[in-house]
Amino acid sequence: MNLPLLSLLPDTKIEARKLNYFYGSDQALFDVSLSIPDKQVTAIIGPSGCGKSTLIKSINRIGEISNEIRVEGDLLLDGQSVYTKGLNMVELRRRVGMVFQKPNPFPKTILENVLFGPKLHGISDRHRLEEIAEQSLQKAALWTEVKDKLQKSAIELSGGQQQRLCIARALAVDPEVLLMDEPCSALDPVGTARIEETIEFLKPLYCIVIVTHNMQQAARVSQRTAFFMNGKLIEYDETEKIFTNPSVNLTEDYITGRFG
Amino acid sequence: MNRRKLVGQFCESLCRGAAFLVLTVLFFILGFILMKGIGVINWTFLSAPPTDGMTKGGIFPAIFGTIALTFFMIVMALPLGVASAIYLNEYAGTGRAYRVIRAGINNLAGVPSIVFGLFGVGFFILFVGRQLDRVLQTGLLFGQPAMLWAGATLAVLVLPVIIVSTDEALKAVPQSMREAAYALGATRWQMIRRVVLPQSLPGILTGSILSISRGAGETAPVLFTGAAYFLPKLPVVKLWGTIPMVNPMEQFMQLAYHIFILSTQSTNVQLTRPLQYGTALVLLVLTFMLNLGGILLRARFRKQRRRG
Repeated sequence: MNLPLLSLLPDTKIEARKLNYFYGSDQALFDVSLSIPDKQVTAIIGPSGCGKSTLIKSINRIGEISNEIRVEGDLLLDGQSVYTKGLNMVELRRRVGMVFQKPNPFPKTILENVLFGPKLHGISDRHRLEEIAEQSLQKAALWTEVKDKLQKSAIELSGGQQQRLCIARALAVDPEVLLMDEPCSALDPVGTARIEETIEFLKPLYCIVIVTHNMQQAARVSQRTAFFMNGKLIEYDETEKIFTNPSVNLTEDYITGRFG
Repeated sequence: MNRRKLVGQFCESLCRGAAFLVLTVLFFILGFILMKGIGVINWTFLSAPPTDGMTKGGIFPAIFGTIALTFFMIVMALPLGVASAIYLNEYAGTGRAYRVIRAGINNLAGVPSIVFGLFGVGFFILFVGRQLDRVLQTGLLFGQPAMLWAGATLAVLVLPVIIVSTDEALKAVPQSMREAAYALGATRWQMIRRVVLPQSLPGILTGSILSISRGAGETAPVLFTGAAYFLPKLPVVKLWGTIPMVNPMEQFMQLAYHIFILSTQSTNVQLTRPLQYGTALVLLVLTFMLNLGGILLRARFRKQRRRG
């Protein structure tokens, strides 16, 4: 009886409250408020420079490692602010995994790549590590392709395989959230299709936030879609609604290709 | 013919000519020293001390001194240089202080080596050494020219070059690698230790070894800080009366300095001419071996890295 209602009101995993984000004096996000549900895929779309990447990089606070930034408003993970002073960044980033635009495996073996995170966090039991490696690679749909060459360098894999390895590497630290910053933009259509299958498989297990330039991709993989422009959240709704019957004209103009 | 094409061809042959000229000069120098020097090289030359007022005998003490001195220099310069480059590149940010320090280091690399020699005397021997003697009541042990101070002076000389080349090697590690490590929950040090250093090690080693081999062949910095004209015995002490060890508080003979005194201070410069060439050849071969070691080490790291 309650099931339909539950699926309508899923748990909020991430919540932005009037988030303003500045690089130096340049403001990249303006008063962004949105709730991202758990165990779903939320797509973030919008033209280049609209702040989509900034938004997901603000969630695991990776945006501030190479930039001077300032934040107003707040961003909550499970109801707790990510921007409190003295926050344990290691723990935050363990809970919030990230896959980048360009596949960035370390120039190490496939196995070392997957186990990089777990070893950082002090897991040293051999059997446990083997188990983590197999599970993570399986979740990323890479296990059957690489199980016989775990000692080979990750650099020798194809672009698509490298990206799935990066997904496996992110999953190996047992995160709750998986951020994907245009994960397919450097891949060919076959590689893209494999990543989308992987996302489909991971959907019930994680809170996935994916930034994409590809609107068909957003429509295919996500349940909810947020449309950004010029650092502002224009519209945020069920994906189906955004792509069939958006309530803001700007959204319609964008998804029908009138600009962007 | 097309004018653009002519200009292109002209520039290409200009560059080709320059490269060829450099190679010819290098080849000529090396060939000259090899031809003139190979004649005196034999086991006695390599294993015996000079005799008959430097006109006969060998250069073993100078070879020994050069190797020991280089060792002291590496031990002091490499950890210090690599650590400061890591600090500058990974911790210091890019503020004004950082830019001033970097400019300072770059300029330090261009200071003439004799200036470092004088600095070595003034700072290490007269200041640090004499103060140590005063505090430790050791008479005149530390406050005089010695292997330790010469090594320290050379270390200061090669430090800027090590820092600059390490800095470049660190910068060559893509930002995406750092992001990947941070995104997995690495602390800054874990990121440096497990991602940045392994990837930049070949570059760090190459740069450092090149600068060290330059330091090994320097004369001016050791001139006043520890090199000796002639020593009847090697600067070795027996640790607890048994284990032989280089004595850092002794003076030493050194190849580059030996060439200098053979050609300017010897009793008979004409007679020592072949010895000069022989000594130069040995110094060249030693430096070459150091560089070769660097190249091999780098190749091994490269291969290892590809394998993982």
